[in-house]
Amino acid sequence: MLADHAADAPILRLDRITKTFPGVKALSEVQLALYPGQVTALIGENGAGKSTLVKVLTGIYQPDGGQITVDGTPVSFPTAQDAAAHGITAIHQETVLFDDLTVAENIFLGHAPKGRFGLIDTAAQRRMARDLLDSIGAEIDPDTRLRDLGIASKHLVAISRALSIDARVVVMDEPTAALSHKEIHELYDLVEQLKSQGKAILFISHKFDEIFKIADRYTVFRDGQFVADGRIADVTEGDLVKMMVGREVDQIFPKRTPNIGAEVLEVVGYSHPTEFADIGFTLRAGEILGFYGLVGAGRSEFMQALFGITKPSKGVTKIDGQIRVIRSPAEAVNAGIVYVPEDRGLQGAIRPLPIFQNVTLASLNRTPRKGFINLANEFALAREYTKRLDLRAASLDTPVGNLSGGNQQKVVIAKWLATQPKVIILDEPTKGIDIGSKAAVHDFMAELASQGLAVIMVSSEIPEVLGMSDRVIVMRDGRMVAEVSGPEMTPETLVRHAAGIAEATL
Amino acid sequence: MKQLIKSREAILTAAIVVLLGLIATRFPAFVTPGNLAAVFNDTSPLIILAIGQMIVILTKCIDLSVAATLALTGMVCAMINVAAPGVPVFVIVAVAIGMGMALGAFNGVLTWKLGIPPIVVTLGTMTIYRGIIFLISDGKWVNSHEMTPAFKALPRVAFLGLPALSWLAIAIILIAFVAMTRTTLGRAFFAVGGNPHAAVYTGINVGRTQFWAFVASGGLAGLTGYLWVSRYAVAYVDIALGFELDVVAACVIGGIAISGGIGSVGGAVLGAIFLGVIKNALPVVNISPFWQMAISGSAIIIAIAVNTRAGRSKGRVILKKTEAEA
Ligand SMILES: Nc1ncnc2c1ncn2[C@@H]1O[C@H](COP(=O)(O)OP(=O)(O)OP(=O)(O)O)[C@@H](O)[C@H]1O
Ligand SMILES: [Mg+2]
Repeated sequence: MLADHAADAPILRLDRITKTFPGVKALSEVQLALYPGQVTALIGENGAGKSTLVKVLTGIYQPDGGQITVDGTPVSFPTAQDAAAHGITAIHQETVLFDDLTVAENIFLGHAPKGRFGLIDTAAQRRMARDLLDSIGAEIDPDTRLRDLGIASKHLVAISRALSIDARVVVMDEPTAALSHKEIHELYDLVEQLKSQGKAILFISHKFDEIFKIADRYTVFRDGQFVADGRIADVTEGDLVKMMVGREVDQIFPKRTPNIGAEVLEVVGYSHPTEFADIGFTLRAGEILGFYGLVGAGRSEFMQALFGITKPSKGVTKIDGQIRVIRSPAEAVNAGIVYVPEDRGLQGAIRPLPIFQNVTLASLNRTPRKGFINLANEFALAREYTKRLDLRAASLDTPVGNLSGGNQQKVVIAKWLATQPKVIILDEPTKGIDIGSKAAVHDFMAELASQGLAVIMVSSEIPEVLGMSDRVIVMRDGRMVAEVSGPEMTPETLVRHAAGIAEATL
Repeated sequence: MKQLIKSREAILTAAIVVLLGLIATRFPAFVTPGNLAAVFNDTSPLIILAIGQMIVILTKCIDLSVAATLALTGMVCAMINVAAPGVPVFVIVAVAIGMGMALGAFNGVLTWKLGIPPIVVTLGTMTIYRGIIFLISDGKWVNSHEMTPAFKALPRVAFLGLPALSWLAIAIILIAFVAMTRTTLGRAFFAVGGNPHAAVYTGINVGRTQFWAFVASGGLAGLTGYLWVSRYAVAYVDIALGFELDVVAACVIGGIAISGGIGSVGGAVLGAIFLGVIKNALPVVNISPFWQMAISGSAIIIAIAVNTRAGRSKGRVILKKTEAEA
């Protein structure tokens, strides 16, 4: 336990910070203090204003009012570089990196090591990048172009970038959302290391297990307002949830009596030259099939192929027993397969378009008068699905880009549900979604299945996989390594298969 | 991907070699070292301008006013020379570069501070700059006999067998290469075009970076303005009319993505040389001007098609080596 005097003088302090966007008060007179050598967890529902606070802290947004002090001196951060100059660095929720630059260039952009004549010392830059990546256990070549990396690796690059700045305050906005088991543990070790160096850490997460594992203090926001703060040791998970949502939430997965019908989907021998091989399974109406694996196991890549985004080298898809050739997402949607991607930024929503247009985008040509849009119908459709998903926004006219991360995710799910598919593939459906809405998504998933929809759920969260699925396929390194159902579905089996230690222990 | 960029340049080099080979079958004298050097010299202005344009395109902008900037500075240089023949040439060169930078800065400020789309800004300034030439020159020509010998000599001074014009182009290529790969500003050009949103998070000022891109392009255009006027020993309103399209074409052929963020100095230079070879060779092999245009046009479209294909991702590597070994 930390001595109390360590907590006396915060490095960074925010007082009465307010930030308003047109129509939304994202932050209203909130306060926050970060202490050296301590991890403060910032907790709140989707849209509570957590990421907005991070952006105020890092000079990306300017607050409308309030005071930021560093070591007791008032400061302001007109640009991101000013915040960095005061020793504040952040891993942002969305990976803001450059696809066409190499890993090393991404890490050191803006503060590259200089050699002779003030020129960038590329050799030193590569070496330092290598060291940083090693220190977080990332096996990534600093010369790779970022475009060629998966989401998890990109995130590791973002983490290395934040660490490349010699900071006193490290902000992490949902850093583990895109990482696998092993990487998450390396991140925890890293947090411990930063703590022991006396750095102040702000840790944002929707996962309570990790909050209790690594945080020393907590601060709770609700709807842009400060609710409470204190020491983690003095509260229980239930207390925090209650502060966060203002009511009690039970985290029990919806009880369903699976109503399994006829076979809807059959996949035979799906292979790709580099991403996955020999994937085959069947799926029945009303069934929820979980796909478990470590991040980077090739699950999303396979799903994208099934949805016609990438082309498999071999493989057959049958819907209702009929072979369907799927070469594009449009053909997939026609065949009744929809895919809700995990990377909502890149693959999901069209950010400048308003919510209602995003929701109806994929179902426009299903309206009675093909080619013409009836605004009233369009709004009704959008309202129906956003309501079912409990989406929170000032109005349906709001551009999706202005929503909080979790609410953007809901818009994407709503879009695909509106097409009334036969098979829905949900890739990490609750990643970055707060605890209350998570339950809503789970209930909704159960409801979809009970209405006869066949559901494929890709998830890296074991409780979710076990709680929701009727059957689970485990993938490792691009291959199916196990299919488990019934009593075999235990956390141990899944982890063993996913990590490839099943054979060793048998 | 690094290999890919390199190989993109390799493809272009190969294309140039093949092109030269084809020309050689019909007109062997074209590929003698002396003639190739002449072609390079003739292409030098295009190379210099293409480098400037590349920087602008990298930042997700476009500079359509390069040729007008060139013409305006060229005219001003010629008029200074006529009015004050005593002014040394290096002062004129400095004026040319400075004036070009100022004209580029004007484009930059309009884009940065007023947020007008660059294509609109430079379409406007293109006409404005040409108009100014007309105003200051009254539409009259400045002819060879009015210029001092020193003014006309600089691009032609030979050194190690190459004229100064070629040497200048080579120097600019080298400087640009170092600036783009080894300086913070060079890196910022790529970042701003590749992902403006992320650039803000990095503390890079997107507008200001674009401003500097326009200044660079303007400065190079200004320098080329002097070189052009002194080389051809004539200045009038319409010099280099429509040349901005060749410059953009050189960039596109060189693999600079119009959407920003992707490109290299080598690409721009090779793109310019490719166009330069075509332009110099087609008249020699006696092809009608109509076909010359058609061939240049096809080259551009083929180049874009090749770039788009090459840019397509091949997929991530997930399957373990077992597959490769099997
Ligand atoms: N650029 C913007 N323009 C307008 N409104 C915005 C903008 N950014 C955020 N908002 C609004 O501010 C509020 C807070 O959003 P913020 O992203 O801070 O939430 P969050 O707590 O990080 O949520 P999540 O857990 O989903 O990431 C939301 O209502 C959001 O719609
Ligand atoms: Mg957020």
